[in-house]
Amino acid sequence: MTREESSGVRDVAVVAFAQTDVLRTTDELSEVEMLMPVLHSVLDRTGLKTADIGFTCSGSSDYLAGRAFSFTLALDGVGAWPPIAESHVEMDGAWALYEAWTKLLTGDADTALVYAYGKSSPGSVRDVLTRQLDPYYVAPLWPDSVALAALQARALIDAGDTDEPALAAIGARSRRVATLNSRAQLRGSVPQGEYVVRPLRTGDCPPVGDGAAAVILAAGERARELCSRPAWIRGIDHRIEAHALGVRDLTDSPSTRLAAQKAGVFERPVDTAELHAPFSSQEVVLRKALRLDDSVRVNLSGGPLAANPMMAAGLVRIGEAAARIHRGESDRALAHATSGPCLQQNLVAVLEGEPR
Amino acid sequence: MPEVLKAPLVVEFPFTRSLGPVQSAFLTGLREQVVLGVRAGDGRVLVPPVEYDPVTAEEIRDLVEVAATGTVTTWAWNHAPRRGQPLAGPFAWVLVRLDGAGTGLLHVLDAPGPDAVHTGMRVRIRWAEERTGAITDIACFEPYDGVPGQLTGSNGEFEGERVTGIVAPARLDYTYSPGRAQSAYIAALSTQRTVGERCPSCRKVYVPPRGACPTCGVPTAEQIEVGPRGTVTTFCIVNIKARNLDIEVPYVYAHIALDGADLALHGRIGGIPYDQVRMGLRVEPVWTEGARYPDHYRPTGEPDADYDAYKELL
Ligand SMILES: [Zn+2]
Repeated sequence: MTREESSGVRDVAVVAFAQTDVLRTTDELSEVEMLMPVLHSVLDRTGLKTADIGFTCSGSSDYLAGRAFSFTLALDGVGAWPPIAESHVEMDGAWALYEAWTKLLTGDADTALVYAYGKSSPGSVRDVLTRQLDPYYVAPLWPDSVALAALQARALIDAGDTDEPALAAIGARSRRVATLNSRAQLRGSVPQGEYVVRPLRTGDCPPVGDGAAAVILAAGERARELCSRPAWIRGIDHRIEAHALGVRDLTDSPSTRLAAQKAGVFERPVDTAELHAPFSSQEVVLRKALRLDDSVRVNLSGGPLAANPMMAAGLVRIGEAAARIHRGESDRALAHATSGPCLQQNLVAVLEGEPR
Repeated sequence: MPEVLKAPLVVEFPFTRSLGPVQSAFLTGLREQVVLGVRAGDGRVLVPPVEYDPVTAEEIRDLVEVAATGTVTTWAWNHAPRRGQPLAGPFAWVLVRLDGAGTGLLHVLDAPGPDAVHTGMRVRIRWAEERTGAITDIACFEPYDGVPGQLTGSNGEFEGERVTGIVAPARLDYTYSPGRAQSAYIAALSTQRTVGERCPSCRKVYVPPRGACPTCGVPTAEQIEVGPRGTVTTFCIVNIKARNLDIEVPYVYAHIALDGADLALHGRIGGIPYDQVRMGLRVEPVWTEGARYPDHYRPTGEPDADYDAYKELL
């Protein structure tokens, strides 16, 4: 929903963003050790201490590392003494940010720390993600994440929305622009590779990596104190579609379009978009749903095809979009996050910098 | 710095799930080689059926039989099947709209290669020989160019017991690494020493160390050897015997603050009747031959510690 719709509430902005390098493995680090430098970094950018933060919210999943209640251990990195107001979502950190945003809108807090992390290297992400599927009809078949994305890619090709060379070009562009992103896992020229599940090749799929990200939100004047050019959240919304893949039109993303409409995306053009499209084919779907033309700079960070830390990649999209506004490289940016198979759930945020 | 440890970790669990009326009818039907869908508010027949309309969220119960033949609406060629997937050799993932259905069913198609598969191709169900009332009662789809399948006239009632639940086994394989700090702790235990890490900020010593001070939120790195003796800070008496555990009940499980540590760890207390264990009792670890951690802790015979000495560690 847009700020105006939420009736007489305060402005909330992303005022700082930090992320780790995304790496294929991080055996020597526990989850909290991976996370801590990012937490310190994002706090340092604002000069805030943990005790100054009004609300803390995180996103992660126990299934990635195979550890129960892992978010409670990660909390060690925050420094939860004196006691803090804290919450957790078993989702991408973008949804933790949504929760924190609503908390700030209520006036209960002026600042929020949002973080997310994923350590995928201990397990096999393709198999792990099958456990989020319908347990009665789908999960017993163990369709892995690439297989489901490949079904969507085939539907797009059949519909004439794309073809294999066009998909390859999306992966190649993502990794080429990622040469400017020192945090990205895959940068520069990467072979398109063999089919993983046809029609998707290695180059159409995201790298599997470990990583973490954090942002700080602040409301009203507090945001101006903490950041010279805050990235104001003008609207944010998330929508979900039917769980069953066979009920959905896989070539479209009505949930993204609706979330974008509710977030106010279509009111004025955006100059930048950070899309959480782990597969090249999903970028095709999202560009269509969000009506992005070539005037919009899409995934200048390299996007998830260059670095896809599970549970943090969506928050990274918001962080990257905000950081461009902080640096004066964007005035109005769109950030998108997804969760579930074939873009089942989608979150869209509109961020704006004030005129310079 | 000692080597970071790694070990295989298997997480395995059978989920027992109960079915609602619609899912129960569908899976019972599969057992009897009948496919049932459910009619949604917009008139579409949803296969597989759900209990709530995906558009209106209204409860839906109107079962409709559909054919065991259908049309592929999208597909993907899987040349390297993974554990748990329905066919051992290469196959196609498919969404199939069964004749009479308005939506696609996800399953697999047995075909000789990707060139033998296309969107719009006609297929039919190959039933599993042994059927239990599960989605895997459909062994797979197979290419089929005959006439649409005949309906059985089923109304959703079947002879024999209804399927009211499924058991869905899940298994995920991990390679677990405890990270730097806990690797060092485990490595020290192998020489019967206990090491913690001191927080550079509040100076507390954490055992076992996790690489961060939970109160200050900063990394810890300075290793401190603690114990071997310690103080019982609190305890409980266990009266129920755990499966696969050959410790006689009742026994005492205690929090033990090792000397020099600012966090109590837990362990079993032995060498003293269970009803004589008390807060402040001084204990030491007992190692058994070749063990990787203390088997239990026993009284040292020292006078009990003053309450003030350990009250902060409760
Ligand atoms: Zn400390």
